[in-house]
Amino acid sequence: MSVRTTAFVAALTCLMALPPLSQSVFADDGEEVVVYSARQEHLIKPLFDRYEAETGVRVRYTTGDAGQLLQRIASEGRRTRADLLLTVDAGNLWQAADRDLLAPVESAMLEDNIPDHLRDPEGQWSGLSLRVRTMVYHPDRVDPEELSSYADLADERWEGRLCLRSSRKVYNQSLVAILIEEHGAERTEEIVRGWVDNLAADPFSSDTQVMEAILAGQCDVGLVNSYYYGRLLDQDSDLPLEIFWANQDENGVHVNISGGGVTRHAGNPEGARALLEWMSEQEAQAMMGRMNFEYPANPDVAPDPLVSSWGTFKQNDINVRQSGARQREAVMLMDRAGYR
Amino acid sequence: MEGIARRWARRRPLSGTVLAWLIALPVLLPLLLVSASLFAAETEVWVHLREQVLAEVIINTLWLVAGVAVGTALLGTALAWLVATCEFPGRRFFAWALLLPMAVPAYVMAFVLIGQLEYAGPVQTALRAWWGEDAGLLPIRSRGGVMIALVLVLYPYVYLIARNAFTTQGARALEVARSLGLSPWAGFFRVALPLARPWIAAGVMLAMMETLADFGTVAAFNYETFTTAIYKAWYDLQSIEAAMQLSSILVVVVLLVLVLEQLSRRRTRYTGTGAGVPRRFPLRGWHRAVATGLCGLTLMLAFVIPAIQLLFWAAGNLGDLDHRYWGLAGRSVGLAGMTAMLAVTLGLLLAYATRRSTGLWATMGARVATVGYAVPGPVLAVGLSLPLIWVSGWLQAGADWMLGEDAIIIALQGTVLGLVAAYIGRFLAVAHNPVQANLMRVSHTLDDAARGMGLGPLGVISRVHFPLVRGGLLTGAILVFVDVMKEMPITLMLRPFGWETLALRIYEMTAEGHWERAALPAVALVLVGLIPVIMLTRRLDAPSGPSHKPLPQSAREAVHAA
Repeated sequence: MSVRTTAFVAALTCLMALPPLSQSVFADDGEEVVVYSARQEHLIKPLFDRYEAETGVRVRYTTGDAGQLLQRIASEGRRTRADLLLTVDAGNLWQAADRDLLAPVESAMLEDNIPDHLRDPEGQWSGLSLRVRTMVYHPDRVDPEELSSYADLADERWEGRLCLRSSRKVYNQSLVAILIEEHGAERTEEIVRGWVDNLAADPFSSDTQVMEAILAGQCDVGLVNSYYYGRLLDQDSDLPLEIFWANQDENGVHVNISGGGVTRHAGNPEGARALLEWMSEQEAQAMMGRMNFEYPANPDVAPDPLVSSWGTFKQNDINVRQSGARQREAVMLMDRAGYR
Repeated sequence: MEGIARRWARRRPLSGTVLAWLIALPVLLPLLLVSASLFAAETEVWVHLREQVLAEVIINTLWLVAGVAVGTALLGTALAWLVATCEFPGRRFFAWALLLPMAVPAYVMAFVLIGQLEYAGPVQTALRAWWGEDAGLLPIRSRGGVMIALVLVLYPYVYLIARNAFTTQGARALEVARSLGLSPWAGFFRVALPLARPWIAAGVMLAMMETLADFGTVAAFNYETFTTAIYKAWYDLQSIEAAMQLSSILVVVVLLVLVLEQLSRRRTRYTGTGAGVPRRFPLRGWHRAVATGLCGLTLMLAFVIPAIQLLFWAAGNLGDLDHRYWGLAGRSVGLAGMTAMLAVTLGLLLAYATRRSTGLWATMGARVATVGYAVPGPVLAVGLSLPLIWVSGWLQAGADWMLGEDAIIIALQGTVLGLVAAYIGRFLAVAHNPVQANLMRVSHTLDDAARGMGLGPLGVISRVHFPLVRGGLLTGAILVFVDVMKEMPITLMLRPFGWETLALRIYEMTAEGHWERAALPAVALVLVGLIPVIMLTRRLDAPSGPSHKPLPQSAREAVHAA
């Protein structure tokens, strides 16, 4: 590289670096809420845009992996810039509260809009959308009469017919955590061992792969979050897969949440609470459901028509915080049972 | 005057050592903070990891690292040798095209391979349609599958560095070998290969360290390694202490290997035997076909087929393409360019530091400075965010004191400054290895001769050293540039607000299994990363050879005499 090219490239890169360096120097006028979000950019940005348009409050956000965002808030301590934390699993929210990163919020609006079992009893976080983890099967090879509960998938008759996603995924950890809550650790370990014995293939790294494997005939039934099914169905309305609501004769199907809480050292806690409350209301709830085929956490808001077409179900009303409280136990149990 | 010179000479070893440790700071600080947690042992999680997890991940990791080392060494060296010293159809094209896979992030290669070769993928589905249910290939989601994915994207590290070695090795050694009656084949094994060993080792070492730190690829394959165990301890078992304990074990092992490798070639000197580019050996008959075939097949598997698959997926999601892609690409290139230049500069300084001071402390300093490449990104980022927060706190206190109420708010965490510091901590090895390998070849007698010719210290560097290490600098810059373009976890954790890069866009899409939608940013990343790589490698391959300013005649003779 000649000296001139080097100088040119250097100048160019320095110019590019300038705006963010100065970002913190020039304070903005007007109110601003800073959000750390584990919910992906394309699933929250439209909401924030809408909020800005309605209220004039500016929403700044950064996205990331939940574990990493928690770590960031913890290491930033009192100087954190985050006002609001959004994550996609109850376990992560419980962990944030457990590590003392969230502040309790008293809000009649949240209490009205969001059912008790989807909120922290101490008010440190609240669910915003509902993620249902249940069974998907191929109707040519499975009679829905055969299906019943999560525990039943450990039965011998499913040998070589089951597909699962990796135990590394927090959705499976939360499911197993709730099973421990209901059946106790010993029985749950038996169930998980049964699943592992019945696997038709090594666990996959995504829910979509699980459904593709069922489609290809590698296995007959799998456990997925319902919105993944919705996405596939949205691409191909003739998709020959059916959804089945698990545990209807027992405590109901396992639900998880995406949700949020105000950070303990928020610079603008009032603004954060207002945004959280707005997200529990009709308009935002409908948007969130529509964008990703999830169920609104607010029971007064109807889901997307495609989602409604799958019928209604009884949901497990154990407080979702339990999936966080028992996450570590669940992970260890799955390791012991050989669930990779 | 002489007194100063003598004092300078006496102080040299110390200054080199100090310099090496100073440069090691962005890695040293986080690692120290991280290993401080070693003493905060958390027994429950630790016992669980030891009993249930550790044995399996260690075996898996060893297999993977060994497989990738052998694979990249064989493939990278063979290709480098063919392109650098033989003449066969397509050689000029392959010379740069074989670098293309370097722009493909390993995690992208992983999801392409799985998407194509999985049971439910098009290849196996077609095979089953022809031959029935039994026609399955070997399962791609297996140990072999991960190895293949990593070798395909990591061989260019060996290829690039070894090719640089073979082209600059000097024709004379080989000519002498041939004049002594060695066949080209024997000349390769008995002369060229031993002479190129440090370069090949440098490349393989990079591939191995990359493998140790990899998370995206093994996660896609659901293959458990040391890195996934660190993630498991940290995020799933909620014990940052256990995660850090695992990380420090990893770091100690890597340091040991690096020091052993260094010691193993301590007494060997690899000074140059003339900078002339060797005349290429024209291959004939089936040798030509084999050479072209090997290059072509590698390129097909590692680049062409994945690229076609990505384009095919991307075409289905062109709706996502909007004006924001300019920003994404601009930020990716800006960060990568800035880091590449800084890292190469520091890498060169580091190489000088160990050239001047050969003591154990200096060597250790240099090793520590480059160990960040084997450490998973998030570990480094967390370790670095603490000092950044402290420094911002001090600066802020100063600003408050000076400006009172109107004080500006200073936060280095989440700025480009902190981000680049973390990148350098992670990628310094990539810049340093090729530079050092080149500088090693500059004999000390050459320095003395040049000084004797009346060149000052700066003159020696600019007129003697720079032309000789230029290839290494360029190699290092390319490697760092492409690595930063692809880097994900550090960017995710330390970037400024609202900042997205192409790699992060891929992450957002893959995190929830939107592979098809990740293809578009992946294609953009590969394209944007390729342009500078191709530009730079064409220069590297230019027929003018590595030195562009003639040395003083007598200095050149001194080289030959050495």
